[in-house]
Amino acid sequence: MLDFFVRPFIDDQQLRLAFIASVLVAITCAVAGTFVVLRGLAFIGDALSHGVLPGIATAMLLSISPIVGAAVGAAVIMGGVGLVSRRYKVSADTAIGLMFVAMLSLGVIITSRSTNLEEDLDHILFGDSLAVHSTDLVWQIIALLLVCLIGFIARRPFLMMSVDDGLAQTSGFSVSLFHNLLLAMIGLTVISSFQTVGTLLVMGMLVAPAASAVMFARRISSMMLIASFIGIFASYLGLLISHHFNLAASATIVLITVLIFAICAVRFDLIKRRNLKIDELPHQHEHNHAH
Amino acid sequence: MPTKTVLAENVSIGFGRHTVVAEIDFSTDSGALVVLIGTNGSGKSTLLKTLAGMIKPLSGNALVLGAKPGTRVKNVGYLPQHPVSSHTLPLCVRDVVRMGRFADLGLFNRETTKDRELVKIALEKTGAAEFADKPLRDLSSGQQQRAHLAQVLARQAEVLLLDEPTAGLDINGRKLVADLIASERARGVTVVMATHELQDAENANTVMLLAQRVVSIGAPEVALRDEFLRECFGFTQPH
Repeated sequence: MLDFFVRPFIDDQQLRLAFIASVLVAITCAVAGTFVVLRGLAFIGDALSHGVLPGIATAMLLSISPIVGAAVGAAVIMGGVGLVSRRYKVSADTAIGLMFVAMLSLGVIITSRSTNLEEDLDHILFGDSLAVHSTDLVWQIIALLLVCLIGFIARRPFLMMSVDDGLAQTSGFSVSLFHNLLLAMIGLTVISSFQTVGTLLVMGMLVAPAASAVMFARRISSMMLIASFIGIFASYLGLLISHHFNLAASATIVLITVLIFAICAVRFDLIKRRNLKIDELPHQHEHNHAH
Repeated sequence: MPTKTVLAENVSIGFGRHTVVAEIDFSTDSGALVVLIGTNGSGKSTLLKTLAGMIKPLSGNALVLGAKPGTRVKNVGYLPQHPVSSHTLPLCVRDVVRMGRFADLGLFNRETTKDRELVKIALEKTGAAEFADKPLRDLSSGQQQRAHLAQVLARQAEVLLLDEPTAGLDINGRKLVADLIASERARGVTVVMATHELQDAENANTVMLLAQRVVSIGAPEVALRDEFLRECFGFTQPH
């Protein structure tokens, strides 16, 4: 039993490293993902995760850090969405959709120019937690600390904006400033996580644990905590399964987060139905008396 | 002469190039109640949003507590028409009410005993104390509305801008809102309230009938004359 569940993490140093990286990603995504889910920013998160592709590809062609390229890609897509929606009076989701496909296409064109990059495309899109280096962990820890710092400092406006932009505005907080700060936080999360789970799959870690947690949490802090636990548990289970059955580690982790969401949704539904039945009981009782 | 708490001089309100209501003129003193009445789309909410600083006036001079709308946020409380996406938010009622103190606390100040006391008083005043620790999403719309009212009261504002505060409330809830407004006015708070209900105007100092223009403005007995009501709604009050 112990051999199956624990031994691989003791014996295999790379698997251990992958687990630590996945835990860091899980916590970072839980903090940022909480506000993504509450503020309904999944689409812009998705666009950001795809939009970093040309940045990463260009950086790799120029032999500079892919993290720098990802940061530039994220900045371009955030700026582009803001510019297109403001200047050309199109809705935000149209602007996001346009920037999303433009950046993704550009990324694929850039990678198609180089045979080496074509091989790396899978790695960029789907990640490889088993190829994580200890230097990646340092960057992930810095990103986690920054995301937590932003989340802590801006907790009040972020919370109010999750309720209603007007509430934040009439309380003296600049909605555009804090919305952009929130986007920067999501961008930072995507950039720090792409090595481990890839730019496509990071959305799963960003959305699924937080969407599961929101069903049961009573506070924002507990939502972050539950989402972190779900992400960490999915990381452990995903790495374990991929190790024993030789599956793609990152995709297995993300698929498990989505399965957990499905289980939580069914459980939530059952609880709601049970509560509804309890609520109906006294009425039935009164009804019987009436007869 | 004391400064007018709310002042509008030839103010036009709207969005972009679209004017919703033009040439609004009115002013209020401390403790006054101004009731805005009109059909949907008549400009009530737009006027309140303008006074709250969420929308800039298209023209004219608007002042709240002697400053441009949206400047003195700590002293102005605003209750939107349909607050909160309450089906998803993992918040209990007390947390919602605590948000009423955020304008004072800003980003970095820590919540003090005084803040917690003001939250407690607001919960008690609105009758929300009994479900203060329940999740907002598990409550009825009337209970949620009480929580939002408590949030606005917790701010301890000098001007309250309330957009249909009685929406979704039963008779007891409506009485509670009327009592709350009376007690806030007694401590010198100016209340500007939008409503569909003519009976909400009974105790007002000023009533403004809106229909994408100012149909009438003045004391209730003047502003709610039959000819103005007919012009605004197409019917008159039963006598």
